[in-house]
Amino acid sequence: MTTSPEELHDVRLHVNGSVHEVRVPARRLLSDALRHDCGLTGTHVGCEHGVCGACTILVDGKPMRSCLMLAVSAVDAEITTVEGLTEDDGTPQGRLSPVQQAFSDCHGLQCGFCTPGFLTTITAGLAENPDPTEDEAREMIAGNLCRCTGYQNIVKSVLRAAELGKGEE
Amino acid sequence: MKPAPFAYLRPATLEDALAALAGQQGAKVLAGGQSLVPLLSMRLAAPSTLVDINALPDLGHVTVTGDGDGAGDGVRIGALARHAEVLASAEAAASQPLLAMALSHVAHPTIRNRGTTVGSLVHADAAAEMPMVLRLLEGSVDVASVRGRRTIPAAELFAGPLESTLAHDEIAVEAFFPALAPGAGVAFQEIARRHGDYALVGVAAHVETEGGEVTRARVGFVSVSDVPVVVDVTGAAQDPEGDPAGAALAELEPADDIHATSAYRAHLVKVLTPRVLADAVHHARQRSAQGKSA
Ligand SMILES: Cc1cc2nc3c(=O)[nH]c(=O)nc-3n(C[C@H](O)[C@H](O)[C@H](O)COP(=O)(O)OP(=O)(O)OC[C@H]3O[C@@H](n4cnc5c(N)ncnc54)[C@H](O)[C@@H]3O)c2cc1C
Ligand code: FES
Ligand code: FES
Repeated sequence: MTTSPEELHDVRLHVNGSVHEVRVPARRLLSDALRHDCGLTGTHVGCEHGVCGACTILVDGKPMRSCLMLAVSAVDAEITTVEGLTEDDGTPQGRLSPVQQAFSDCHGLQCGFCTPGFLTTITAGLAENPDPTEDEAREMIAGNLCRCTGYQNIVKSVLRAAELGKGEE
Repeated sequence: MKPAPFAYLRPATLEDALAALAGQQGAKVLAGGQSLVPLLSMRLAAPSTLVDINALPDLGHVTVTGDGDGAGDGVRIGALARHAEVLASAEAAASQPLLAMALSHVAHPTIRNRGTTVGSLVHADAAAEMPMVLRLLEGSVDVASVRGRRTIPAAELFAGPLESTLAHDEIAVEAFFPALAPGAGVAFQEIARRHGDYALVGVAAHVETEGGEVTRARVGFVSVSDVPVVVDVTGAAQDPEGDPAGAALAELEPADDIHATSAYRAHLVKVLTPRVLADAVHHARQRSAQGKSA
């Protein structure tokens, strides 16, 4: 049997304010393109069918599952990954965003596998609702699974991030 | 696992998309991908070509037609309107309140940001909320192909488990959910293990009243059978001693699967049906009262 080589597509991805030109087969999941073709390994892949939330990125500011998008279909989108959440303060590593700082303050992560998906989801959630109640904080993260930290500290992190976002130190 | 190889097209016009589908028996439409991409990754689907409709113009609308009194009044939802956009439309919720009631139970917000309401109808999952809602409201879907356009009434849309009556080369361009008539009321409740999960059982009711009395009552069920089902329970709803849940169960064969036994599903039908009917009757009377005072 002869197999013809798989057709490759030139795709221009806009990620964290930079342009990445990648050559990928149509079946390349956006999560894999970000990790392997763009080298942005902050986006994690758990279940690969939309359930765990680890791969959540922002597409035009809205959280979406990168494992449920094809890289070829993401051409017109402005993508933000967890790497793009850090704020520029002139230093090479940048400054943690309020949500990232809150996770650090409240022990919102243990192994960190699920964390990129929580950070992106909560960043968008707080942009929509800057002052959530505890119930709303729980609802905000209901689509993300964490297997080790437990949700208590993650809920605390959401509420803390809301405070930090309002400049309450 | 990763998807098997496929060819990919991203047409810029509906005509090109329809021609691409017509030319290839094994081609499939890609809309939000929230059902299709998992199937590809699990290799439960292996289309030869994906026709991505996300670049097509003029399909992202959520439009309300009419003033709520006529037969053609209701909500028209384009093929690229995401669940989140339909849910966010105050006009849509005012015209047909059951849309928002049901959509808030469809998956998590992150999935709703990408998944389309029309895609969910075509996917025809009996565990999905919107196919049942379309049936209960007696809506329809407009589809296009190289042969022309046609309207499929909801009662003729669902052929079997995960199977709609669209031909392989047809694209659903728009769904129509009729407006809620004056004197009518709706309600929705579901039980899921966690909020955002697929329902173990979901129940919606649509009742019509005149002078506060029920003239028609129908109940729709999610995740009970292998297709979206609606049962007319008018007689049982009008009889003060009536048993609408019993009347519904006589028409249903609750399914047994890893999520719930058929006995548990039957139990949930018994608990939810009277509650949801009562809510819908209350909703109808409230709307009639508001209508009079307005
Ligand atoms: C974790 C998770 C949880 C979920 N929970 C729920 C839930 O609780 N309730 C629920 O209802 N849904 C749920 N969903 C599914 C979600 O609602 C999907 O968005 C929806 O079922 C399909 O819409 P889509 O636009 O993503 O379609 P796609 O995945 O792109 O397509 C689905 C199928 O429909 C066909 N298709 C799509 N659009 C068209 C069109 N316009 N014309 C012709 N064919 C078309 C495709 O070819 C494919 O066969 C969940 C999904 C995930 C990943
Ligand atoms: S890897 Fe995408 S949701 Fe789990
Ligand atoms: S921190 Fe380990 S899974 Fe969440």
